[in-house]
Amino acid sequence: MASAIRRRRTWTAFAFLAPSLLGMIIFFVFPLIMTVFYSFTAFDLSNPPRWNNFANWKFLFGGDPLIGQAALNTLWFVAILVPVRIAGAMLVAWALTRARRSSGALRTLYYLPALVPPVASTIAFVFLLNPATGPVNRLLAAVGIEGPGWFTDPSWSKPALVMLGLWVLGDIMVIFLAALLDVPTEQYEAAELDGANGLQRFRHITIPNMAPVLLFAAITGVIAALQYFTEPAVASSTAMGKSAVGAGTSTLLGWPDNSTLTYGQLLYSKAFGANLFGYASAMAVVLFVVAGIVTAVLLRRFSSFSPEVAS
Amino acid sequence: MRSRRALLVVPALVSLALATASCSGSTSDGPTAAASAPATVSGTIQFWHFFTDREADVIQSVVDDFEAANPGVKVVVKSGQDDQKMRQAISAGQPIDVGLSYSTDQVGPLCSSGDFTDLASFITRDKVDLTQIPPTVLGYTEYAGKRCTMPALADVYGLYYNKKMLADAGYTEPPKTLAELTDMAVKLTTFKEDGSIDTLGFMPLLGYYENAEAHWAPSADAQWLNDDGTSAISSSPGWTTLLNWQKDLIAKLGGYDKLAKFQAGLGEEFSAQNDFQTGRVAMNLDGEYRTAFIADQAKDLDYGTAPFPSAEGFENTYGGGYITGNIVGIGKGSTNPEAAWAFIKYLTTDTAAQVKLSNGLKNVPTMHDAITSPDLEVSPQFQTFLDIFENEHSSTTPPSGIGAEYQTIFGTHTAKWQQGDVDDLGAMLKTVDSEIDAAVKLQAGS
Repeated sequence: MASAIRRRRTWTAFAFLAPSLLGMIIFFVFPLIMTVFYSFTAFDLSNPPRWNNFANWKFLFGGDPLIGQAALNTLWFVAILVPVRIAGAMLVAWALTRARRSSGALRTLYYLPALVPPVASTIAFVFLLNPATGPVNRLLAAVGIEGPGWFTDPSWSKPALVMLGLWVLGDIMVIFLAALLDVPTEQYEAAELDGANGLQRFRHITIPNMAPVLLFAAITGVIAALQYFTEPAVASSTAMGKSAVGAGTSTLLGWPDNSTLTYGQLLYSKAFGANLFGYASAMAVVLFVVAGIVTAVLLRRFSSFSPEVAS
Repeated sequence: MRSRRALLVVPALVSLALATASCSGSTSDGPTAAASAPATVSGTIQFWHFFTDREADVIQSVVDDFEAANPGVKVVVKSGQDDQKMRQAISAGQPIDVGLSYSTDQVGPLCSSGDFTDLASFITRDKVDLTQIPPTVLGYTEYAGKRCTMPALADVYGLYYNKKMLADAGYTEPPKTLAELTDMAVKLTTFKEDGSIDTLGFMPLLGYYENAEAHWAPSADAQWLNDDGTSAISSSPGWTTLLNWQKDLIAKLGGYDKLAKFQAGLGEEFSAQNDFQTGRVAMNLDGEYRTAFIADQAKDLDYGTAPFPSAEGFENTYGGGYITGNIVGIGKGSTNPEAAWAFIKYLTTDTAAQVKLSNGLKNVPTMHDAITSPDLEVSPQFQTFLDIFENEHSSTTPPSGIGAEYQTIFGTHTAKWQQGDVDDLGAMLKTVDSEIDAAVKLQAGS
């Protein structure tokens, strides 16, 4: 009798889960299996794939002249852009919790840039940071500083994209703000009575309480950085003066000097520019594995910060 | 028990993948022509193209003319569709009857994949006169002997020059050789008090507007690919000539950094802030479509056009230039290929349609009869491009199975060359060859 009830419960659960499981299988599991399969073939999207004796994998790990630079650029964004955005969002969120007046207006103000479509915000940033005609370099010149080339200089194009990422940090800032406001004030009061200074309170109270949202921000940030595409693509084409509708994109990616060429862009370029869909599949498999490993590492690292472990 | 189940599931999924993969795509060669041409065509056809806004209206007007001439045909137009979307849709089995692409770089992938059907049977049956179309244009619309596209309109590249700026510097004629271009570019360049460039005679940096290896190549008869599809770059002396000329001009204009800083302040190419239209540069390489932008955005600009100058030793090629253009073909899943072909034939071989498209889009018609038609609106500046189009020394980028990848690979190296990061040009060109050949080999499946 008990087992019959348990079986019925299991089937009921499956019935409720079926739509999303079906979606997962059709839109995630099946494409994933096909991508792994295509990675061992020469494939042009239209004709049946042909086994090519691991040629894609050999090219990936020893033949593609751009993959190293694209991977390094992407890791740069993972290592710099993600922590900077998290730290910036934390700082702004903390400052907003301290605001005594106009806090609602200030919160709206800091959140608004996140609502701007990425293409529009990137184009706006390229114009703002135009080294010859943009207001930023004019302001710098007014105080005697020669501004850099920003998006037109290989050594400044990535930092310029980080600045853009900071400007649109409202998406994670608003989550941090909610988490900060949720931290029990009695914990701070108790710590103060115990003589904890500001840094200690931040390390031992704020961080553990915010661990779940920090983990969320870190994982989604890393995955987004690994797939970073739109902003650098728009920035390079706009800075080249070629933001034309209908133009091919693969020749515009990465400018200047491939400094903004990301792994995702190279993957796209190899598939749709070079007609190497099998090779692009191999690249996609590597990206998936790397994202999975990074996520697993983050989950393990953050578990030590969770309130249960910390307490 | 669970692990045993998992062991069974994995091979099952792999088998499913293999089975599905072998079913995906199509081994069919696509639709072919009926034995005899139908007296009239009828039914509905889907037409995908990339044009938007004003240009889409021009296309629509020609579609309307076709429908009026063929009352039984309804053309369903999908505008604003880029090549990637179109290829994905065709390979997914969507019945796109007619597809118009902006990029001749896609001819290789479109023909080799079978996404666009071979038009040979239609062309032979209807005795289409291909001699109306220059050999260069015929070359970029077929791949490995398979004609899967027809040329709709062409883009032709030449030199634009600001007459007033040249006259102020004492010149009455545009340069005909790269040596003359160098001298004039240096003389026409002015500097600000801080040493930065104020106005530039000619920008030698690749990546600036239409400055591209492909667009310079005809000046020195520089070759891209061998007949077998492998790279011909290191064995073509034209590239060495062109890149050395570029290096010399960069040095004479003050060096890479100075030019890069000037480039950083460029106006958007297709806006009124285009550097040539604002007088920031005196001479510029550009396509025939610039005449329409100038007529619209810089009416008072006093300018002329000429073929791009030839390199030393290649003076006999003067008059030619780079040609590319729009291509149109029948999707492999077309459900109404006869009506689709009738529409393509109308777009690409009907003189009145070609003239109307050219007048509206300010691109060069691809048929000789249309080029010489009295109805074609031709300004003196536009005439230059019609002449370049029919010049025997004009050339294009050859179709390849790897699309434009060979140009992209070359571009990553020339970017370093123009920055002064390459000491051995010969070695660089050989590296370019090996990288292109590796990509070609990979695409071929070996």
